[in-house]
Amino acid sequence: MKHFARLAAVSALALSAGIGAARAEGGITVAMQLEPPHLDPTSAAAQAIDSVVYSNIFEGLTRFMGDGSVVPGLAESWEISDDGLTYTFSLHEGVTFHDGTAMDAEDVVFSLDRARAEDSVNAQKALFDGIESVEAVDPATVRITLAEPNGNLLFNLAWGDAVIVAPESIETIKTNPVGTGAFRFANWVQGDRIDIEKNPDYWGTPAVLDKATFKFISDPTAAFAAMMAEDIDAFAGFPAPENLPQFEADPRFQVLVGSTEGETILSINNKQPPFDDIKVREAIAHAIDRQAIIDGAMFGYGTPIGTHFAPHNPAYVDLTGTSAYDPEKSKALLAEAGLADGFETTLHLPPPSYARRGGEIIAAQLAEVGIKAEIINVEWAQWLESVFRGKNFGLTIVSHTEPMDIGIYARPDYYFQYDNPDFQALMDTLNRTTDPDKRTGLLQQAQTVIAEDFVNGYLFQLANLGVAKVGLEGLWANAPTAAIDLTAVSWAQ
Amino acid sequence: MLRYSLKRLLSLVISLAVASLVIFFVIEVAPGDPASFMLGINAQPDTVAALRSELGLDVPKWQRYLDWLGGMLTGDFGTSYTYRTPVSDMVAERVKVSLPLALYALTLSTALAFPAGIYAAARRGRPGDMAVMGATQLGVAIPNFWFAMMLVLVFAINLRWFGAGGFPGWDNGVWAGLHALTLPAISLALPQAAILARVMRSSLIDILGEDFMRTARAKGLSRRQALWRHGVRNALIPVLTIIGLQFSFLLAGAIIIEQVFYLPGLGRLVFQSISSRDLIVVESVVMLLVFAVIVVNFLVDLAYAVVDPRLRART
Repeated sequence: MKHFARLAAVSALALSAGIGAARAEGGITVAMQLEPPHLDPTSAAAQAIDSVVYSNIFEGLTRFMGDGSVVPGLAESWEISDDGLTYTFSLHEGVTFHDGTAMDAEDVVFSLDRARAEDSVNAQKALFDGIESVEAVDPATVRITLAEPNGNLLFNLAWGDAVIVAPESIETIKTNPVGTGAFRFANWVQGDRIDIEKNPDYWGTPAVLDKATFKFISDPTAAFAAMMAEDIDAFAGFPAPENLPQFEADPRFQVLVGSTEGETILSINNKQPPFDDIKVREAIAHAIDRQAIIDGAMFGYGTPIGTHFAPHNPAYVDLTGTSAYDPEKSKALLAEAGLADGFETTLHLPPPSYARRGGEIIAAQLAEVGIKAEIINVEWAQWLESVFRGKNFGLTIVSHTEPMDIGIYARPDYYFQYDNPDFQALMDTLNRTTDPDKRTGLLQQAQTVIAEDFVNGYLFQLANLGVAKVGLEGLWANAPTAAIDLTAVSWAQ
Repeated sequence: MLRYSLKRLLSLVISLAVASLVIFFVIEVAPGDPASFMLGINAQPDTVAALRSELGLDVPKWQRYLDWLGGMLTGDFGTSYTYRTPVSDMVAERVKVSLPLALYALTLSTALAFPAGIYAAARRGRPGDMAVMGATQLGVAIPNFWFAMMLVLVFAINLRWFGAGGFPGWDNGVWAGLHALTLPAISLALPQAAILARVMRSSLIDILGEDFMRTARAKGLSRRQALWRHGVRNALIPVLTIIGLQFSFLLAGAIIIEQVFYLPGLGRLVFQSISSRDLIVVESVVMLLVFAVIVVNFLVDLAYAVVDPRLRART
């Protein structure tokens, strides 16, 4: 036993020495809640894939920055034809994939054609709608021709689903991703961690860190413990907001609070009576006290929203006043709709705590005005099947995390079944507009239309909560996409 | 003995066949299409259809069942929907964590329970016995996940003797691996030890009242000698049954502990696969666990017959 104790002590020392060494060489261990199913960002919706590979391993023609702006990526510059139909991209020269093969126009053609192909399993295939052809003009020039102008193209190409991959390595991309990024894939112990290391041949500004490890810790209590025990250096998307004050008070840690693209909404089945009556939807909107939900379900983290748009976007309009908390007005509206005694409906809640905890509070708030919402807890797969695809629900709560997804309101078959031809025409005009100022005007108009139609109950923008050791710099505070971009992360000297 | 073994073997095969049928269809009936789950809410219907056919989900259920069953007989558990790697490789990787953890916990629990049970039985009704019984009562009552959190709080966060979780992999050496498994093993072992100690105690007390124990004393053995030479050995039979049951329980029941300590074991694999609708992995792992339980029970049955010849005569 004594022998064992000594050995255990020695191995503990060796272990901690190992951790110390990693830090001295400029390594980092960053934890996240979910493990990616595989490492191909172009064939699944799982955000955990982007978290690991976006920018670190794979890059697109354009890329998102931490503030949400879109900047050149593998494309150095581009020219847009006057009719808005042709985009000519000049690629950076001398870019190589991690396997040593050159990245040229043919790889871009391959990647985009693969994504928009008939049998493509790209989860965001709609991003490539309207692309007529992708051609390699010469090794450093790519021309994309559109069927009609699309002001969103540069934005769309920045998504993780549009990164550039190579035909040589596509067969094994799911377990051995080969990209052009500042880090290259090193190792994956399934269920435990993914290691990446600095790409010494990177074409752009090289990464500061020599290596990085992604760890997967799903349990909120375990996440807290791992951080407190300093097993990990940073946690992106920290799952237990209730513990953040404790980290804030601890001099060892810094807390990063930013914004995400996640609009958390109380979705309403617009086709189902009585929700097909705008008065009923308005009544629901006025019955909701957003701040109470943010405080109760999210421990105060989150920004109230009045429409389906991210508050950090320059085109955002604050419409929270349109649906301000006013239970008396709510009751009056219900009476006008002939439902003075209220009515009964269902409230489907998927697993995340914003939905489960928030749902309890909303049900109580609705009950105040006479609406009895029966809470039905469902798993994600069930939610997708019955609520999202089957449209078999009255109310549900979900966070829509796709960037700039106001376009879903132009799809009458989308699960909340909002069918407004004027709005659809507006979106059409937006898609055909490339002028930034005009686009801003149209986006603001669109936000107002859906807010005044009370399509859904708009609750709050999901906060991006991160915890990191003091001295770690360059982590994104906001999450314009699900990336944990480590390319600019370093330890303070 | 041969007839007895063959009979047991036949019932083992039937149990496995029934289990496979139940597992497959119960899991398949649960709502949630793996393809639309993986592609999320922006996917277009033709994309989902393309993925369904890529995953082989567009063939009839019974055919998938037969393929799965046939594959398993040859050691091929199919390909995971989400990870796209062979399920058998994934399981093999996870067993490397779960099996040592279960064995470690089992070793700890027997090492604790045997002396405690024997000590209590020998001091029946006296303060020593009461203390042990009180402690085991507590051990049975405390949920192991709560206990695990307390261990993390004290030994990982405050004392820093251990990490809060995770597993370095056996490549980093046996000691690093065991070190990482120590807190999880303790939290799994303690409730087990409590049960085992109680069984050991009561079984030993029963034996102490038997005629052959009186004979042993009459032949001049001291109380202690009689207890060790005749008592403990005979008391082991029910204890072995419990150990057999506990082993399968440890293998399957570590799901929560693996969550708390984020260990890449079988339990966590099942947990992840269920939430991602990776049906084939869930089915295969559950089948494997059922197989383990049934085989352990089979071995326990055989062990009875070896230990107690009367059983062989009766069947």
